[in-house]
Amino acid sequence: MSEAALPPLETQGPRFGIKKPEQRQDIQGDLSDAARVDTAMREFVRDFGAVAATYMESCVHCGMCAEACPFYVETGDPKYTPIWKIEPFKQAYKREVSPFAFFMRAFNLKRKVTLEELEQWQELIYDSCTMCGRCTLICPMGIDIASLVGLARHGMHKAGLVPHELWAAAERAEREGSPLGATPKVFKERVEWMGDESDVAMHMDLEQADVLVTMSSIEIQKYPQALAAVAKVLNHMGLSWTFRSDGYEATNFGLLSGNADWQKDMSLKLINAAIACKAKVLLLPECGHAYSAMRWAGANVYGKPLPFKVRHISEFLGEHVADGSIRVKKDLDTTVTFHDPCQVARRGGVFDAPRVVLAALGAEVRELQDNRGMSWCCGGGGGVISIHRADAIRYKAFQIKMRQVDATGAAMLVTSCSNCRLSFDDSQAHFHWDKTAHSLLEAVADHLDEAPPKPAAAVPSPGSVTP
Amino acid sequence: MDLLSFARGPALQWALVIFVLGSLWRLAGILLLRRKPDYTEPRSRATWRGALKLIVTRTWSRREFRASTAFGQSLGYVFHIGLVVVVFGFVPHILFIHSLTGLQWPGLPSSIVYVSGALTVAALVAALVRRLSNPVLRLLSNFDDYFSWLVTVTPVITGLLAVAHLGARYETLLAVHILSVCLLLAWLPFGKLMHVFLVFISRGTTGALFARKGAST
Repeated sequence: MSEAALPPLETQGPRFGIKKPEQRQDIQGDLSDAARVDTAMREFVRDFGAVAATYMESCVHCGMCAEACPFYVETGDPKYTPIWKIEPFKQAYKREVSPFAFFMRAFNLKRKVTLEELEQWQELIYDSCTMCGRCTLICPMGIDIASLVGLARHGMHKAGLVPHELWAAAERAEREGSPLGATPKVFKERVEWMGDESDVAMHMDLEQADVLVTMSSIEIQKYPQALAAVAKVLNHMGLSWTFRSDGYEATNFGLLSGNADWQKDMSLKLINAAIACKAKVLLLPECGHAYSAMRWAGANVYGKPLPFKVRHISEFLGEHVADGSIRVKKDLDTTVTFHDPCQVARRGGVFDAPRVVLAALGAEVRELQDNRGMSWCCGGGGGVISIHRADAIRYKAFQIKMRQVDATGAAMLVTSCSNCRLSFDDSQAHFHWDKTAHSLLEAVADHLDEAPPKPAAAVPSPGSVTP
Repeated sequence: MDLLSFARGPALQWALVIFVLGSLWRLAGILLLRRKPDYTEPRSRATWRGALKLIVTRTWSRREFRASTAFGQSLGYVFHIGLVVVVFGFVPHILFIHSLTGLQWPGLPSSIVYVSGALTVAALVAALVRRLSNPVLRLLSNFDDYFSWLVTVTPVITGLLAVAHLGARYETLLAVHILSVCLLLAWLPFGKLMHVFLVFISRGTTGALFARKGAST
């Protein structure tokens, strides 16, 4: 679909049957205004170390980061300039903890941030930042702005200044074990259902397994075929694996909403489950931020190196397709373009694995104009997809991706993040677009070569795994 | 004590003291903060290489960003290179630095330095106009941006006036030039001009952290 043929942007229509709420600032809890501001600032600086301080001190206000942000590029509104999104927190840093904080306070060179400002910034810190980190690649000072937004969210959460849907999802995840109602009971039922439906052997709550398989709530509730797909692949490899009802939910809404305590609780569930079943590999699902939370923060939450490897499903597939332990039929005879999920690729370092898989499937890969580390965000990461009032701006940001996908002329769109898929699905419906984002994992599961392996192929013995 | 003696004497000494102590205080205040240990399994251990790589490569934009950043980047190149040529290429400056530090190197022909100075002023004026007219830059800008601009451009202008003997007696022009340099030195630790040091630390930090993950830089 060309850009000219796109329908006009619809911002007032219902989404998932829910009336779009008026623009608003959300507040949780009953702190006084002053306590709210103090809490936000205190929690913001609580985790402050040399890295964050270096970034806070280094901005030269060149404004280049705006050009990397889909929310600015598609709206032209300067308030979406990435470094501006943390302006109150920059002020707070300079006033409270910077090397010259004494002067800043003594002469009131940086005034105190007000509650009204924090409320206004809620939209900038949550609705219009997916923490995709594209701005990090353009900053001439090399400032990782996305990580600063993450710290700002810590302050906002403790102060009760989180968009309500995101807060509610995180609170539900902490209380029930899943942000979308995929409780252990629901999870078990769906695993059983998909096992029956797809005629695939499922393993649940094994006491010992080499691979602990985790899933995203989005997969469990919206794309349950992923449950069968991962089981098919692991059974095909002859691996010892299990789902665990005490550690299955890989999404981490503690991380997304900014509650570091909840983030830790959610990560520890998976870590403890993996340790309980003596797993050698904790396999993360098609979920971007789950990769950030566990692969690049899990051990730090745990406080020591993890006694197992952590792998995203796409890098696991890439590695084992390459070494022959996953055998696929080369009959995906079509043109494919791949959307690199920001947290897996740009910020996670997984670039080649999905392309290895697609090539093995026989697909002709047509790269997006901006791909791999430079890929544009789908607009729905960082919890933005869960914030209804952010729909309009999310759709705007999505249009870059839509244009680039169309420009490839590829018949099929594939990604390795279920949150991205959800964002694509919702935007596809909004724009009446003719492209659907497909799962890399499901593509592999649908094209497994179950013929007996050739003698030369390296196949791991049952119960072993090469992480 | 006449103005030139004051500029060359106590003003410069105090400016240098503020510059050195202020810079050290600010750097220490940042670098001595705690660093959390990272227990995650690294994808690469070549973090120093990652730091050095980003320090060098972030000097220019990635191909995908070049079109949108070309004008601002070009202005930046002109006045940064121009400042380096003027500060470190002009023979009287080299003699002055030699008197302070004992270091010496060959100077550039004065004509090249004058042209560089003029281009630097022109680029800085263009950068200011851009800061005032570009909505993003206008939003981001604060006192630090405008004052840092002022204390950067003033020594270049006063230096050009001094060598051209324009506007006042040479001794007066030279004194004003030195005083403007004093202001620049004294302000540097407190504002954005500190990026002369921080650029290496900030780029290096991200370069090292991202190399560990194999992430894009």
